[in-house]
Amino acid sequence: MTNATETTVAAADRPVLLSLEHAKKSFGGNCVLEDISLKVSEGQVVAIIGPSGGGKSTLLRCATMLETLDCGNLSYGDLKVAQSEPSGKAVYADKKVIQEAKMRFGLVFQNFNLFPHYTVLKNIMDAPIRVQKRNKAEVEEQARKLIAKMGLEGKEDMVPCELSGGQQQRVAIARALCMNPEVLFFDEPTSALDPELTQEVLKVIRALAAEHMTMVIVTHEMGFARDVADHIIFMADGVIAEEGPAEELICNPKTERLRSFLSKIAD
Amino acid sequence: MELSVMLQLLISGLGMTLQIFVITLVGALPLGVLVALARMSSFKPLALVARFFISVLRGTPLMLQLMAWMFFPYYVFGMSLTSDWKFYACAIGFILNYSAYFAEIYRSGIQSIPRGQYEAAQVLGYTSTQTFMFIVLPQVIKRILPAMGNEVIALIKDTSLAFVLGVMEMFTQAKAIAASQVSMLPYLIAAAIYWCFTLVVEFILSRIEKKLSYYHD
Repeated sequence: MTNATETTVAAADRPVLLSLEHAKKSFGGNCVLEDISLKVSEGQVVAIIGPSGGGKSTLLRCATMLETLDCGNLSYGDLKVAQSEPSGKAVYADKKVIQEAKMRFGLVFQNFNLFPHYTVLKNIMDAPIRVQKRNKAEVEEQARKLIAKMGLEGKEDMVPCELSGGQQQRVAIARALCMNPEVLFFDEPTSALDPELTQEVLKVIRALAAEHMTMVIVTHEMGFARDVADHIIFMADGVIAEEGPAEELICNPKTERLRSFLSKIAD
Repeated sequence: MELSVMLQLLISGLGMTLQIFVITLVGALPLGVLVALARMSSFKPLALVARFFISVLRGTPLMLQLMAWMFFPYYVFGMSLTSDWKFYACAIGFILNYSAYFAEIYRSGIQSIPRGQYEAAQVLGYTSTQTFMFIVLPQVIKRILPAMGNEVIALIKDTSLAFVLGVMEMFTQAKAIAASQVSMLPYLIAAAIYWCFTLVVEFILSRIEKKLSYYHD
């Protein structure tokens, strides 16, 4: 396939926080991302949907630098993280730029990845203090506010294994938020949760969307994607097969590919 | 010889036994981490050297290694052997030997930590040193504690190998008394003391394990 999907998700008047251009990634000859471009501007909520193995998670992992791009450009605002050489090969910036870029986003994982030996409070506070070198009292104040916002009051001194999956995921969201990221990524945040716990996590994400937190969410929850996202990207076989405003994309899919995907999910 | 004199001599030997024990742990516990990291290094020559180090030290008798360190300055540098050197040879021999065993235990622990822990730390901006020291190592310690306990208890008894160098630890003392008194009693008492020593260590280990049981994963 040679789909070069040029995506301009960005609302014209808002600053672009994340920009990915012509991203390519293969694993041992198996092409997982084929020329993906995507822009996310401030306040936007983008949902990425699509079948398993379509490249959604890889896209997120490349954007969060857990994987390196083979080709393409990646930038966070004015920070150019990776840039294509004339040959097309992506060249990454030096450590300092990378570290600065990391402070601009947060990532919430499918299986939470909380630090099991730290309490809830320490999970949230440790990186802001140790990595961002912020004042402890100020961080603690913010952490306690986030704990309240996530509905986790009274759990401050518990360790992750004492919490339900939904509570753990909310701690993970608080941990990411306490770094004051500009963009928050979610990699199938509810896939490890039962329907009830899923709802409590989705509620929290909805509340963040209402506050215009910029988010990129990989999800299988179609109803949620339609409600919460401004823009939906449908990925399949390593390309953006279709994209558009949330409501329209779900209700009036233009490609056969998306139609069949949505009908399978509805079953 | 009166029993009290015999006990006194054995207890003075126990002092040396304790010294070897503590010095070995103080040296080999951190050195083992470095050897494990070298063993897992993506820089192949370093990994290979660490593999060789572990293989040789685990593959030859500790008693022989102690003797090798004892005579090393003489054969390699032609230096005459001082009585001080005996103790250093003993310390070097024990630390290196135990660091090889510890390294493999650390490696098993480090490799059991899920990738997600590294990824979470990476996204939050921790450096790799911070990730190792604050996120990975504390979890590793909890996981490897039972295996480490085994080695630490083995070390208590292995200190008796220092007798080949004539270091006056408890077993050397027991042997000397047994020879002069033509009696097995000193061995029996030494055995009882070794066992008491392990009981103390077992108790301490179980306390640490209990302390770390505030979470599970």
